[in-house]
Amino acid sequence: MSDIKLAPAPPGVTGSGFFATTLDKAVGLARANSLWPLPFATSCCGIEFMATMGSTYDLARFGAERPSFSPRQSDMLLVMGTIAKKMGPVLKQVYIQMAEPRWVIAVGACASSGGIFDTYSVLQGIDEIIPVDVYVPGCPPRPEAILDGVMRLQDIVKTESVRRRESEEYRKLLESYEIHKDGEIR
Amino acid sequence: MAKLDNQVLLERLEQRFAEHVQKTDEPFGLLSVETSKEYIIEVLKYLKTDKELQFIYLTDITAVHYPSQELSIAVVYHVHSLIHNVRIRIKVFLNGDKPEIPTATTVWNGANWMERETYDFFGVIFVGHPDLRRILNVDDMEVFPMRKEYPLEDPNKVDKKEFFFGR
Repeated sequence: MSDIKLAPAPPGVTGSGFFATTLDKAVGLARANSLWPLPFATSCCGIEFMATMGSTYDLARFGAERPSFSPRQSDMLLVMGTIAKKMGPVLKQVYIQMAEPRWVIAVGACASSGGIFDTYSVLQGIDEIIPVDVYVPGCPPRPEAILDGVMRLQDIVKTESVRRRESEEYRKLLESYEIHKDGEIR
Repeated sequence: MAKLDNQVLLERLEQRFAEHVQKTDEPFGLLSVETSKEYIIEVLKYLKTDKELQFIYLTDITAVHYPSQELSIAVVYHVHSLIHNVRIRIKVFLNGDKPEIPTATTVWNGANWMERETYDFFGVIFVGHPDLRRILNVDDMEVFPMRKEYPLEDPNKVDKKEFFFGR
């Protein structure tokens, strides 16, 4: 056996020559191990993320080998740094341009809550404009913390129902952020 | 050429503008004078175009809010003479309710963005400015945030109370 680690198989029924599991789990396994990141880096947390993508911490191990600075084909929006109110609409547009399924990680104090910038010009947490799945604490968080955030997100993705994105509940969540099915902001 | 000293500079200004230009202070050798909004553009033009003084570089235009004063907004001009390596600061005090002052874009094109910034943060209206709109803050903002009229923190916020941080 080689020492290459593979993702463990989801729980299911194993017999001779077959393995049965639910579609949810199979799809979740695939999605969780190929989270393609879209870094939205504005400040110091972005620098920490660059270290996370470097060889020492190697985010690529998690199937995040393709960082794209475009919403195309990306699943995981990482918001890193202070988001000023003037930047808010830009971030929201990037989020809307991503295709479903999409997840958001707020990295660091500023993206999560505005951080030390408790002032009129700074958005007090990106969850005021887009839904957030994982918050990474720290100012700035170490690369280990960002990796931990990605792993927490993997747990979320693994257990997410395939039908969640079509559900009424999810539509309501997006509408509470004034994001509608046709991508319009009304 | 001998270095232009502040005494000579002040004499030249007083010779030209008499009592409309008054010295206020000289911290760290930076001559500071005060004038009125009627004379500010003339003063700037004189400093820039005078053959000897040659204050050709407009360093900054900004403002200060003094809430306790009757004329509560001071517009501050920093002008630099690259030839003499001397700087002068000119202040004009304005009524805080309706701060209006003629634009310096007629003298320096570079004043355009500086005046937009000063309008953005202090609400000073530069009369005759070609495009006076906000430059740094969001366009739909209704306040002028650098005026000392607002509490530093929103008193209604609950998300950053001390007990959340174990204090």
